[in-house]
Amino acid sequence: MSKLKSFINEVGQMSIMLAQSIRLIFKPPSRTVEILKHMEFIGNQSVGIISLTSLFTGLALSLQVYLGFKIVNATNLVGPVVALGIFRELGPVLTGLIVSARAGGAMAARLGTMRVNEQIDALDVMGVNTIQYLISPRIVAAFICMPLLTVVFDFVAMVGSWILVVQLVELDQAVFFDRINQTVELKHIMEGLIKSSVFGIVFALVCSYKGYHTKGGAKGVGEATNRGVVISMVMIIVLDYFLANLIRLYDVVMGNV
Amino acid sequence: MSEAAVKFRDVKKTFDGKEFVLKGLDLEVEKGSLTAIIGFSGTGKSVCLKHILGIFRPTSGSIEVLGQDLGPMSSEELTQFRQKFGVLFQSAALFDDMSVLENVAFPLFEHRRNLKPAKVYEIAEKKLQQVGLESKHYQKLPSEISGGMQKRCGLARALALDPEIIIYDEPTTGLDPILTEMVDNLIVETHNARPGTTSIMVSHDLYAAFRIANKIAMLDSGRVLLYGTAEDFYNSEIELVKRFVSKGMKRK
Repeated sequence: MSKLKSFINEVGQMSIMLAQSIRLIFKPPSRTVEILKHMEFIGNQSVGIISLTSLFTGLALSLQVYLGFKIVNATNLVGPVVALGIFRELGPVLTGLIVSARAGGAMAARLGTMRVNEQIDALDVMGVNTIQYLISPRIVAAFICMPLLTVVFDFVAMVGSWILVVQLVELDQAVFFDRINQTVELKHIMEGLIKSSVFGIVFALVCSYKGYHTKGGAKGVGEATNRGVVISMVMIIVLDYFLANLIRLYDVVMGNV
Repeated sequence: MSEAAVKFRDVKKTFDGKEFVLKGLDLEVEKGSLTAIIGFSGTGKSVCLKHILGIFRPTSGSIEVLGQDLGPMSSEELTQFRQKFGVLFQSAALFDDMSVLENVAFPLFEHRRNLKPAKVYEIAEKKLQQVGLESKHYQKLPSEISGGMQKRCGLARALALDPEIIIYDEPTTGLDPILTEMVDNLIVETHNARPGTTSIMVSHDLYAAFRIANKIAMLDSGRVLLYGTAEDFYNSEIELVKRFVSKGMKRK
């Protein structure tokens, strides 16, 4: 019972922090420089690892789909099936998991260290709004960078798929692109991008919250980082299911299906 | 009695609704004085300090700082109000990703946005000179300078906005005797160089408190046990004060 209470309390605290962060983005002083700094860290510095993992995701997924579809003589559908899987699910989810592990962990550790070294207290007593200075820029940066990284993931994963399907298995290139063209619509890509923006907010909020409220020295920093990353990852996977349903519901209501 | 910079009136504070950390604290810190708040560990010194800074709000009672009641202030008003304070932390609390100069310039960039960067750095250099830090260290990171230099840099940062109240939170805890004396002297020099500025030092170093403070407040169980000069402490008949004085002075 007490665990449930503390869980509800924590969710409430996080919601308040998110609301404060969003409100403070629009209040002076401008934190553009901070946002750009975090974008460089979350976005730019993640491109390499995202490209590498997405290339092999595209290759592996295409191989499995090809092997399965070969049984039913439907190998010309490998391209569109992989594309839909990547754009709608794997792109945003894997990008979310990788970036939350890399950047989210660093966020929690950084803020946790600042907390235990009294640097956040120093900012507080200096008259700096620490939510506005430390949390808002991280959330905004993650919100902007996640869809951009997902685009990178989608593109490189499809390059991987092309390498396997066209270059290694030697299926027809025209069929590969033609089928993708016929099946994939802009809304499928947008679905992934919307999800990834939400994942960005989630991991930045959870990791920042955990880091910001760190207690108890180096051990506390380690625990905050660990819990921040684990909770972010679980939430990304759980939210993915609900967001997929929500988007499907929206499509039905709007008559887009 | 001269004007008060900080006034505690029957301040009570509890975090869990059961146990009170402050149990009706009454204290008036005179404007322009160098006041030390002392006491054994766990007597409410740090909690008292955080009330002055508006980080904690009292469960009951009121706190006035520089004539303004902190009670009705919103958290954003408090954030603005804190520009009147300069705080030197026990660990100096320097930003580890910024150079010494950038650390001191930071509050100026935050709160003096009309100043050009060149002017900001000029002021920051002046503050660093005031606390006796040589220019060859300005571009170093806090991890590249000694503990004493970190304290000096922390003090320069606390002075950057020309605060009306300077707070020293356990400034000498964990330092060797030579460094302790250096920090004590720095506090006195800084206080004397800024007439009208109120300095409040929270410490359990009785020797330092007696040596440098004009007034000393001893806390016990969330209340002021004795508030007076060093002489008042020497002449006190209160058993706990006598014990604290004898132990504190013996240690030195």
